[in-house]
Amino acid sequence: MNAAVERGGTMISIEFTLNGDTVSVEFDPRDRLLDTLRYTLGLTGTKEGCGEGECGACTVLIDGLPVDSCLVPTYQVRGRRVDTIESVDGGTLGAFLEGGATQCGACTPGVVMTARWILANPDLRRTHRLRELMAGNLCRCTGYDGIIDSIEEGLKESQS
Amino acid sequence: MQRMEGLSKLSGREQYVDDLPVPGCLWGATVRSPAARGRIREIRFSEEFDWDEFVIVDAGDIPASNTIYLMEEDQPVLADGVVRHVHEPVLLLAHPSRDMARRGATAVEVIVDPEPAVLDFRLPPDPAQIQYGVDNVLKHLRIEKGDVEKALAAAPIVIEGVYETGSQEHVYLETQGMLAWEEDGVITVQGSMQCPYYIVDAFKKALGRDESQIRIVQTPTGGGFGGKEEFPSGIALHAALLALKAGNPVKLVYERGEDMAATTKRHPSRVRHRTAVDEDGRLLAQDIEVLLDGGAYVTLSPVVLSRAIIHAGGPYQCDNVRIDGRAQLSNSVPFGAFRGFGAPQSLFAVERHMDVIADRLGMDPVALRRRNLIRDGDSTATGQIIEDGADRIEVLDTALRLSDYEAKIESHTEFNRTSQTKRRGIGLATFYHGAGFTGGGEVYLDSAAHVAGLPDGGVEVRTASVEMGQGALTIFAQVVAARLGLSVEHIRIGAPDTAIVPNSGPTVASRTSMIVAGLVERACDDLRDQVRRSAAEVAEPAGELPEPANTASADAAVQPLEGDTMVRAITGWHARNPGQELIGKARYIKPENIEWDDETYRGDAYGSFAWAAYVADVEIDLLTFGVEVRDFVAVQEVGKVLNETLARGQIQGGVVQGIGWALLEDFVWRDGAMLNNQLTNYIIPTSDDVPPIRVAFLEVPYAFGTWGCKGIGELPMDGPAPAILNAVAMALGVQATSVPLTPERLMLLVHPELERAG
Repeated sequence: MNAAVERGGTMISIEFTLNGDTVSVEFDPRDRLLDTLRYTLGLTGTKEGCGEGECGACTVLIDGLPVDSCLVPTYQVRGRRVDTIESVDGGTLGAFLEGGATQCGACTPGVVMTARWILANPDLRRTHRLRELMAGNLCRCTGYDGIIDSIEEGLKESQS
Repeated sequence: MQRMEGLSKLSGREQYVDDLPVPGCLWGATVRSPAARGRIREIRFSEEFDWDEFVIVDAGDIPASNTIYLMEEDQPVLADGVVRHVHEPVLLLAHPSRDMARRGATAVEVIVDPEPAVLDFRLPPDPAQIQYGVDNVLKHLRIEKGDVEKALAAAPIVIEGVYETGSQEHVYLETQGMLAWEEDGVITVQGSMQCPYYIVDAFKKALGRDESQIRIVQTPTGGGFGGKEEFPSGIALHAALLALKAGNPVKLVYERGEDMAATTKRHPSRVRHRTAVDEDGRLLAQDIEVLLDGGAYVTLSPVVLSRAIIHAGGPYQCDNVRIDGRAQLSNSVPFGAFRGFGAPQSLFAVERHMDVIADRLGMDPVALRRRNLIRDGDSTATGQIIEDGADRIEVLDTALRLSDYEAKIESHTEFNRTSQTKRRGIGLATFYHGAGFTGGGEVYLDSAAHVAGLPDGGVEVRTASVEMGQGALTIFAQVVAARLGLSVEHIRIGAPDTAIVPNSGPTVASRTSMIVAGLVERACDDLRDQVRRSAAEVAEPAGELPEPANTASADAAVQPLEGDTMVRAITGWHARNPGQELIGKARYIKPENIEWDDETYRGDAYGSFAWAAYVADVEIDLLTFGVEVRDFVAVQEVGKVLNETLARGQIQGGVVQGIGWALLEDFVWRDGAMLNNQLTNYIIPTSDDVPPIRVAFLEVPYAFGTWGCKGIGELPMDGPAPAILNAVAMALGVQATSVPLTPERLMLLVHPELERAG
């Protein structure tokens, strides 16, 4: 095969903290964090929606901040803390279930991760409206009310 | 009841087709036509690849018939010598590496000798452009009521208008995807789909197999909106052909750009209205011409056209109606099923036209609608007498009240007098949507549903109806829980797997809750009867199983039978019948009062219509011409709400999809192909682009719908576009006639001199 189309010649490896555990992973330098999570580590909870950072379906938290994992080369998370939907305790999702935050579910893991960032940083609400904070996560099913109402409810619960 | 699979989705455990681990599977990719129409002269493979590593499939590998079986047999599985649209599949590749498969597809060049293509469906075709019949008309349909010519000739006022709608991409968040493999002579496909049995039929035809050698299994489907009605038949065949040739499982999953460019979309439309009215605004005659762009193959265009013309007159009483509809071929990617299925296009036209009429008569748009809305006893364009007890005036009044319509007319008028930079408007649309298949369609479908009593006492629902976000699983579980007195932990909903489930028809046309859930309920009764008879034979207490509570009301709390009586009755049945299957069955029965003549297009087009009035409140920035929807009220009469959270979610989601179609979702076409096939430049609404959608339901139970319900899935797609453009008309005094109404188009409407200036 011609070198121009060959791939996978050199693999690199890094360590980072994934959902609280230190992991070491070997990958093609061109792999996106999304690929590494889904296809190398088998964590398929993180979804690919568009592959260009528009839809937010692949949102994960890197050092606590929501990031589209389709835009992050895996090597960039060396030594950092990555949290995916697999880290979320289902018992904390009651408000989302009640409020109709999910329909088809394809955008949902990304929505939940962005929501966790908001719930962990309630001060964001001083400077931003909830609908602005959620504007990076496209949903084609709910019309957003179910999502926004559920986060409002979650904020209330976490304050009480 | 909470969404059955909700927690699984929220926690990321739900496994879509791309999430299924398949060790050793190959990855598929598709080589597509670069040309709108022509003959394939040559296919060139780049010398930079070792093609021995790839499995390559072309039209010659199709075992039986090179056709995607649907309404007609004109669309090939893979182009064989000729192409009719850009992105038409020509060749399939598979490779162990996902990345190599995709790059391989870009390293194959299809050389096409071009032929004259139709790139504007509105223009009459040249002889050299004819590709279907004698005139490229894929379907022609007509509705006639009364004497339109006579009424037009005698009318004091005739008002004309031409309205156009653009296409729309579904943007289900999960792209199309299929996994296929062959085992013991059975070709099995798992993937994202709405209609498993469409794929069975397509496989029978193209692969020349009988049903016992075909197994189609739906995986959790990340949105459909019609986009996964007929399209999956093609991609499922592609995955299967690769798997058969490779002798290995193959996964074929589209990237977003490929999905947006190459899959079906909403039919673009042009609708002409010529309407006779008297000075009081009474409709005397409606002469309507509906033209749809069908794209390069027939697909479902004839039935999309059918629904478009049946809804084209609007929910109004008029004695003289003529609706002429055509679906016209063009060399575009084929247009297909999309939520609303033709009705949003024709209802946009009539609802915009109603406001144009009101404007011309100097009449209040509300008063014009109040005068003409169908009352019980009136008839639709097809002559269907409406006598459902629903009060369409009450629907209208509720929407006016909730939106504070009258007060806003006043406050907006005042605001517009004083604001230098903004204009506000409020607008209305009244409309209807027929649920289920048109006319005799449900009889033709002959749908069936099963519920199996399992050895552990649980019950499994077996239908071909899929969950794609709309909540079908939850509605089925509600019905079983209520009918058999079971608590939810004893209820399972089996995956739609054609090796196990009967054909309950496609998951389309807002029919699943209204029709299939009712079949599930009757299948529960059959199951109960079988258990009771069997128990009575041996004089067991289960022979005394009580009749179900009256479940005609969704409000009735679901009370499990004392001590899980039904669970014990089912385990008892299995103890008496070891190794046997206990299956309750039901099949569709046509309501007696429905009569439809497909030849004349007269009669009862749908078993029921849901009725709605939507109000949009908008603000326009006079510098940017951006239209902001500040408030939206959606009121509908739906027979019965089965699950408040799910029903509200359907309406809110549909309204936002409608807002996108009205204002944002614009196409850039070249050679019949979408150029802006990315979410960076095809803009769908974000949470910050839309207001809270305020939803209200009115309920007049429909005798033949499950627990009294009517279908609602598509209804909310119909109202937003006309309501919003009517609001813009109030704000600016301009009559916009097409969607999407982008800021650029609105600016040119307000400042036509800028167009001339270029």
